Amino acid sequence: MSTSEKKIVIALAGNPNCGKTTLFNSLTGGTEYVGNWPGVTVEKKDGPFKKHDGVVIQDLPGIYSLSPYSKEEVVARNYLVEQSPDVILNIVDGTNLERNLYLTTQLMELGLPMVVAVNMADVLKKAGDVVDVKKLSQELHCPVVEISALKEEGSLAAAELALELAKSGKTGELPHVYKGSVEHAVAHIEESIEDKVPAHHLRWFAIKLFERDSVAQKRLSLPGDVMAHIEQHVADCEKELDDDAESIITNQRYAYIATVVGMAVKKKARKGNLTTSDKIDRVVTNRWLALPIFAAIIWIMYYVSVTTVGTWLTDWANDGLFGDGWFLAWTSGEKGGREAWDEASGAFAEAKARIAAFQEAYSEAAGAPAEAAEAEKGEDAPAFVVADEALAATITRTFRLEDEESGEVTNYPEALQDLMSEKGVDSFSREELLAFVAENGEAAGVKLAEGKDGPALETIPGESKEAESFPLAGFVADYGSYQEALEVEEPEPSDYGVWVPGIPVLAEKAFAAMGIPEDGIAHGIVFDAIIGGVGTVLGFVPQILIVFLFLAFLEDCGYMARIAFIMDRIFRRFGLSGKSFIPIMVGMGCGVPAIMATRTIEQERDRRMTIMLTTYLPCGAKAAIIAMFVPAFFGGSAWAATAMYFLGIAVIVFGGIALKKTRPFLGDPAPFVMELPAYHWPSLRGVLIHTWERTKAYMVKAGTLIFAASVVLWFLMSFNWRLSMVGLEESILHDIGVCFAWIFAPLGFGRWEGAVASVTALIAKEQATATLAMLAEPVAAVGGTLAHVRALFGEFSPAYPVLAALSFMIMNLFDPPCIVAIMTTFREIGGARWGWFAVLFQILVGYCLALVTYQLGKWVVYGASFGAGTAAAIVVVVLALFFIVRPAPKGAAK
Amino acid sequence: MKTLRDVAVGETAKVKKLNGEGAVKRRIMDMGITKGTAVTVRKVAPLGDPIELTVRGYELSIRKDDAALIDVEEE
Repeated sequence: MSTSEKKIVIALAGNPNCGKTTLFNSLTGGTEYVGNWPGVTVEKKDGPFKKHDGVVIQDLPGIYSLSPYSKEEVVARNYLVEQSPDVILNIVDGTNLERNLYLTTQLMELGLPMVVAVNMADVLKKAGDVVDVKKLSQELHCPVVEISALKEEGSLAAAELALELAKSGKTGELPHVYKGSVEHAVAHIEESIEDKVPAHHLRWFAIKLFERDSVAQKRLSLPGDVMAHIEQHVADCEKELDDDAESIITNQRYAYIATVVGMAVKKKARKGNLTTSDKIDRVVTNRWLALPIFAAIIWIMYYVSVTTVGTWLTDWANDGLFGDGWFLAWTSGEKGGREAWDEASGAFAEAKARIAAFQEAYSEAAGAPAEAAEAEKGEDAPAFVVADEALAATITRTFRLEDEESGEVTNYPEALQDLMSEKGVDSFSREELLAFVAENGEAAGVKLAEGKDGPALETIPGESKEAESFPLAGFVADYGSYQEALEVEEPEPSDYGVWVPGIPVLAEKAFAAMGIPEDGIAHGIVFDAIIGGVGTVLGFVPQILIVFLFLAFLEDCGYMARIAFIMDRIFRRFGLSGKSFIPIMVGMGCGVPAIMATRTIEQERDRRMTIMLTTYLPCGAKAAIIAMFVPAFFGGSAWAATAMYFLGIAVIVFGGIALKKTRPFLGDPAPFVMELPAYHWPSLRGVLIHTWERTKAYMVKAGTLIFAASVVLWFLMSFNWRLSMVGLEESILHDIGVCFAWIFAPLGFGRWEGAVASVTALIAKEQATATLAMLAEPVAAVGGTLAHVRALFGEFSPAYPVLAALSFMIMNLFDPPCIVAIMTTFREIGGARWGWFAVLFQILVGYCLALVTYQLGKWVVYGASFGAGTAAAIVVVVLALFFIVRPAPKGAAK
Repeated sequence: MKTLRDVAVGETAKVKKLNGEGAVKRRIMDMGITKGTAVTVRKVAPLGDPIELTVRGYELSIRKDDAALIDVEEE
């Protein structure tokens, strides 16, 4: 077949939930192209018909009607009228023929060849209902077939029939839908526009003009006298029937359908009144049970996708696939399985600690760094050589924590030091220490554990930190135990199971093999930018996959509509839809799948608003910021952490109320007229395809953009203006930070460190904590990370360090989310203008909240004098209140 | 005038007239609530709004404010 030949297009049209997607997937084999219709965020899908070359299946949005009011409907009708596909394959739900045929009556007026496929034949059969396909075909004047899309019965035959019809180009005669004066008026309209529209669309345009359809009127732009003539006929008709034109047409369509269905469908008398679906629905939307069941379902979804399986998979992706490597599940090696591995690697970590302790003590005793003996260093040996055996033998540094005389604070685990310095404690007796750890629990950063030589303090593993063990009874770091420790071999993962090395490890090996230097540009790009940046993006994929799996299941089984039904009352108060609930909840895990989850919201306005607001509930990465600031500045108070979540809820609620009254979101409230589809068990194939489509969209579109963004940021962080590689303190980003630090001055952290930390937070929110830790280290000589950060904020704002910290935390929690989420916003919100609108809104919210916190906090709580900043904060508060409280302006929107 | 909003749960009423205009009205009609249609109120959402209807053999949910636009009479 030649490529120049025009492809035959079969357009799939039908109501939402009629099985259109299932049919589409089975006809194309799931190899479709998914995009958006030009200019709008309505999903556009087309794919090749797998049985015939040169045939394209074009999926249209699921619609109930071809009115001019909804975006989906306008997209579908514009396509049908302007592009004129070769044939329409209209899928109708056989269990709900009346409403489904309503769209059919509109489609047939387009004058295109059409096949009607009555879906759910299996369900009909089971219920004992009979649809007389022949009779239906006679009445509708077009071929009608029965199919079961789910079981793939008749699907192919229906498409083949459509293809045949397309080749012959035969269109059916129009059935007599309209009665008496209406048909009369329509015929008159047809007469007056005959020469202005294509012959096959004549009936379509005549009906639309009768309905006073604004889109059709605009398209034809008829001269005034013709319009007046048409208007006369319509008005006469309206007067005679005492109804408006749109209602007249709708009524007559439904009346016609009622007679057709009456002739063609024989319903078996139902024994009971309740179907299985009814029974399920009676329980799950029961007045009293609905909310508990809803909470339980949401909890399960959250638990699986965010806290358990999702986290495991994300950890696997980040620490395994894009980290050191991982064990293949359920495998074990000659030295045992995972437990043996954990034990062996624990012992190795302890040995390393002993070695380090001894080396430190020896170096001190020797008076000079022992690394001097660099030359003798072997391939893998530490840069440490014991030169003076006699001196080494005298070393007994014990981690006797009860030794009050030495006051050796460095002997305490670093995690504990933070809390100690905060409470002003220098040292403990062993009893005091035990009491201290027991009393402060997790906040101390260490817990009591059973070590190799009796009780030990073990650090609680945190973000990218492994647990370290500090034996209590004191491991004696003497020469003998040092030599013993040197003997402890690093456990080989392959002895404990099938070990799969992570991508960085493999890449490192490959680089080493090729002899590429570790501090070079190529190394930096591959490891920091590509593996670091894109790895972060792909690290989200497993979690996204699970969220989408749940969403697809909830949607396909029919519960999603019930969620909207249950939650609508709450959410419409602040301009969102009942379906906004799911994205906001998913957002507590990660903003990216949350933004993607807004795809289930049909109303564009609701969807956009949800995208803008859904990331305000702190996500997992933002929790890392909370986890650093709350212990550092607020004594680890659970209230301070909880307050951030409530602040997030408040931003969503009041943000919604304020946005609803802004120009872009103004207008009639979106009609909430929603079908509650019958429950049914979704097909595995359908759910998987659904899930995969969305995940793929994320990986492809976000992945490419993120890659570019990561490379740019990495470049700014690693180079100076002369384009040579330097540390962060000398980088271009540092200079940019200096330039923009003044912006943050009113927020209390107007220093380059604050600016740079906020910028790097865009890569990933938890990056802000890493950057701060790095930048704060030179500021203070003693203490752990938290103490350093405290010192840094002490320099930012000497008088009000705690306020500055709170302001920094709020700014970074409530400004735009990370770059992945921003990119996803741009993609999902429908156009760059909307993307910028969302980001600017988010910048404004984050900045203003921080400003108000710092300036008003200073003035109200600490009694600072009234200044320009205070005035600005008050203006911000007043403006915010104005935007929230003002009545919605009228008539500003179209 | 009795509207669909006033119909008790479990009761069926017949649509007499649709008030309102534009998108909401058209949407309601498109979904099959037209003059003369029998509509049964199935239940009220747990938080008191919206309501669930049975119309033309399927379940439809609309807000009470929109239900108030639909004049009905007892079957």
